[in-house]
Amino acid sequence: MQVIRADVVVVGGGGAGLRAAIAAAELDSSLSIALVSKVVPMRSHTVAAEGGAAGVVRDDDSLDNHFDDTVSGGDWLCEQDVVDYFVAHCAEEMTQLEHWGCPWSRKDDGSINVRFFGGMKVQRTWFAADKSGFHILHTLFQTSLKYPSIRRFDEYFVADLIVDDGRIRGVLAIEIATGDFVLFEAPAVVLATGGAGRLYRQNTNAGIVTGEGMGLAFRHGVPLRDMEFMQWHPTALPGTGILITEGCRGEGGVLTNKDGYRYLQDYGLGPLDPWPRPKAMELGPRDRLSQAFWQENRKGNTYMTPGGPAVNLDLRHLGAKKIHERLPLITEVAQTFVGVDPVVAPIPVCPAVHYTMGGILVDGRCATPLAGLFAAGECSSVGIHGANRLGSNSLSEIVVFGRVAGESAARHARETGDATSGRETVRRLAETAMARCLALLQHERGDPGVRLASIRDAMRDAMEDGVGIYREARTMLAACDELAVLRDRFARGVRLDDRNRAFNTEWLSAIELSYMLDVAEALAHSALERRESRGAHFRLDGFEARDDDKFLKHTLARYRPDAPPAIDYAPVTITRSAPRTRVYGGAGKKAVMT
Amino acid sequence: MSVDDRSALSMSQAGDGPRVAATRHIAIECLRYNPETDTEPRLQTYDVPYSDDMSVLQGLQYIKDHLDGSLTFRWSCRMAICGSCGCMINGKPELSCHTFLRNFAPGPIRVEPLTHFPIQRDLAIDQTAFLEKLEAVKPYVIAASPRSLADGPTTQTPRQLDDFYQYSQCINCLLCYAACPQYGLNEAFTGPAALALLHRYNADSRDAGKAQRMPVINAEDGVWGCTLVGYCSEVCPKGVDPARAINQNKIESTKDWFLNLLSPRGGG
Repeated sequence: MQVIRADVVVVGGGGAGLRAAIAAAELDSSLSIALVSKVVPMRSHTVAAEGGAAGVVRDDDSLDNHFDDTVSGGDWLCEQDVVDYFVAHCAEEMTQLEHWGCPWSRKDDGSINVRFFGGMKVQRTWFAADKSGFHILHTLFQTSLKYPSIRRFDEYFVADLIVDDGRIRGVLAIEIATGDFVLFEAPAVVLATGGAGRLYRQNTNAGIVTGEGMGLAFRHGVPLRDMEFMQWHPTALPGTGILITEGCRGEGGVLTNKDGYRYLQDYGLGPLDPWPRPKAMELGPRDRLSQAFWQENRKGNTYMTPGGPAVNLDLRHLGAKKIHERLPLITEVAQTFVGVDPVVAPIPVCPAVHYTMGGILVDGRCATPLAGLFAAGECSSVGIHGANRLGSNSLSEIVVFGRVAGESAARHARETGDATSGRETVRRLAETAMARCLALLQHERGDPGVRLASIRDAMRDAMEDGVGIYREARTMLAACDELAVLRDRFARGVRLDDRNRAFNTEWLSAIELSYMLDVAEALAHSALERRESRGAHFRLDGFEARDDDKFLKHTLARYRPDAPPAIDYAPVTITRSAPRTRVYGGAGKKAVMT
Repeated sequence: MSVDDRSALSMSQAGDGPRVAATRHIAIECLRYNPETDTEPRLQTYDVPYSDDMSVLQGLQYIKDHLDGSLTFRWSCRMAICGSCGCMINGKPELSCHTFLRNFAPGPIRVEPLTHFPIQRDLAIDQTAFLEKLEAVKPYVIAASPRSLADGPTTQTPRQLDDFYQYSQCINCLLCYAACPQYGLNEAFTGPAALALLHRYNADSRDAGKAQRMPVINAEDGVWGCTLVGYCSEVCPKGVDPARAINQNKIESTKDWFLNLLSPRGGG
C-alpha cells in the first residue's frame, strides 16, 4: 500500500472542497494539501447548480433581512450564531469569486445583478445566467491550479477514515484507474463530499451524490444531525428528476395545474395580486411548494406524463429574449429531455429530492467532534438550513464554509504537526479497512448473492414510499424495517460481476451502497422519532403542527454496528429570533424585477 | 399510482434508473477492454429494451444494472453539464446522456471510447494529457495589480462579458479532441478546449495575463498546430467555437511575432 503524507487532506473536489483547499493554501503556503476526489473536480455536482448564490448587495436589502429569511425559512431550527456569521460573509465570498473570474451576470452599468429566489424579502441572488454552479465550480477549479501546494488526486475513491486514539489520522483511498490502495496520512481532514440525494428514486442529483462521506464520519462515531430534513425541489422534470431552476420563478415564471389555475393561492401563498411580490405565490419556499404539488396531485389536478404526474411551469410571458438571456440552460434541457421549448409551451414539472439539509455535525468553525476532522458544504450540518433550506443559500454555503473549513484544518495541522507520522497502528487500521473492501470483491463465486442494483433500487423505493414529502409512522416504520432487511442482505453478500481491480466501478458502487444504507437508516429513524411537522418534515398522522415545546431541538443520529442508529437530541442556538409562525403570501407590494 | 392509493405517500413510480417498461429492443455494441486481461479491445453486444425518452447513457446503465456489472463508463449529472460521459456513438463524438436511443432505431448502435485518447477500461479514457494542457494555459485571472475584497466587485459591462462569455461555457467533455484530426496526429497539440479556455481569460477585461500565455499560443503545438478543419466547433455540445478562438489567436500570435521582431527584448 502506497503511503502519502499531507498536512491537510480535503475529500471532495466540488465547490466546498476546492474553496477549502484554496483557503488552506492561502493561509499557509508551506502546508501540503492533498485534494482527493472520486471524480475530476469539474465533474462534481456543484456543476449542476443553476439559479445562483445569496449575498446582500442591494441598498434596500440588509444582513438582518438575509438572517430573517434564512431562520424563518428554516422554521427556527437554525443555529442563529452561525447564520449571523454566514450572512455577514456571503457577499465577500461572491466578490472573491468575481475577482477570480466568475462571469456573474451584470446590469447595463457593469455592476452585479441579483435576482429573486423563493422565500426572499429582497432580490439577493447573484447569478451567472442559469449556470451559476457550473461557473462557480470551474472558476474555483481553475483558480486552484495557481497554488503549487495543492496536489490533486483525481479519481481516488475514499473508502474509509483512519481514526486512532480519538483523532483522525488520515484516509484510505482507492486509485480508481488501478484499484490500488493509497493511505493518505494527515493530522487534518476536511470532508466536502456533498449530499445524499441518491438515497431516493426521483432526485435532481448527479449519480455521484451518494452520501458516503456522511457515512464515513457516521461510522466513526460522528453524529449525523437533522437528517430527516430532506428538501424536495418543487420543479424538476418528471421521471429523470432533472432540475429546472428556481431562477425560472425568480424571473417571473408561474406554476399552473392541469386546468391552467395558479393553485398556490389555495395553499397559504396567495392572494394572486399584486404579482410579483416577495415570499408569495411562486416566490414561496420550497417545502411549501412541494407540499402544494402533492396536495394538487391528490385532488386530481395534475396531469400524467410518461415520467409521472406534473404541473406546468409557464415562462411564456417572459418572452424569448429574457428566457434566452437568463435561462439558457433550462431552455436547452427542456428541449432535449422533454421536447418542450419554454418560449412557446409550459414545462412539465414535479418535485424531486434535491438537497440534504442535515449532515455531519460540525460547529461554526466546521469542526466535527472527532479531533482533526472537519466538514463543509452539503455533507455537513453547520446549522444554517434548519428544517428547510432557502434557495441560493447552498452555493453561498460552500464558499463561506469551505473557506472556514480549510482555514480551520490548516490551523489544526499547524498546531498538531506530524504526530501521525509513522504510527504503526495507523498502518494496521488501514490494512484492516483494505481487507474489508477487498472482501466485497472476493465474495465467493457460486454463492447466489444479490445484484447490487436490486438492493439499491429497493432502498430508493423504501425511502421514496416511506420518508417522502408527507410522512406517517406507518410508512416510516415500513421504511425502517425494509432498510434493516437490506442492511442484513448486503452483509450476507452482494454479487459482483466484476472481480477486477482496475476501474471497477461496480466494486466502488458496492462500497458506496454500504455507506448509503447506513445514512438511509439515520434519515428514516430521525424522521420516525420527530413527532411534529416542521419545514420539510411533514407528518399526516396526528403530528401536523410544529411542536416547539418538544421538538425545537436538533436530532442526532449515532451509528451502532449491525443495528439501527441511536437517536437523541441537542439544543438549538437561538440568539435573537424567537420562533414565530412562518408567514408567506398575504399583502405586499409589487416588486420590480431587474 | 392512483391518487386515492393510501398504501404509499409517494407520488410516482418514476425514477431515473433504467426501469424499463418498453417492449422495443435495440442492440448496443460496446467496446470492451480490460487492461488486466485483454491485449486488444473487442466489441460486445447487449440487447437492451428501450423507450423513446431513454438516452444512450440510460441504455448503458441498464446494461450495468441488469446484464453485465463489469461494463465500465463514466457518467454523473445526466444533463450535459458535468462533461463526464463523452464517447463515440456510431463513430461521432457525443455526450451519451444527451443522445437518444430512439435516433438509432432499429440499431445496432455502436458505443466506443473517445478516439485519440488511451483507453483505461472499456469506455473510460485517460484524461491526464488534457488536464496537463488545461493547466498549461494558466486558466485563471492574472490581475494587473492585486485587488482587495474591500474594493468590491470589478465593473464589467455586459458587452465586456460578451467578449469572453461563450468561451467560458466549455464543460471539458473532450469531444473536440476526439473530433480534431490534428490532435489525432500529434498529441502534443494544445488542442481546441484548452486554447479556447486560454482565449477566455485573455479576452476577459479583468485579466492582464496575456503576455504570460503568449508562449503557449506561439509554440509549435499552440495555435499553429491547428489546420482549421473546424470539426471541434461542430461537435461541441455547448456551442463553444474553439476554432474561432484559435483563429483569433493566430492573429495575436502573428502580431506578437512582428512586435518581437521590431523589439527583440519584448519591450513593445
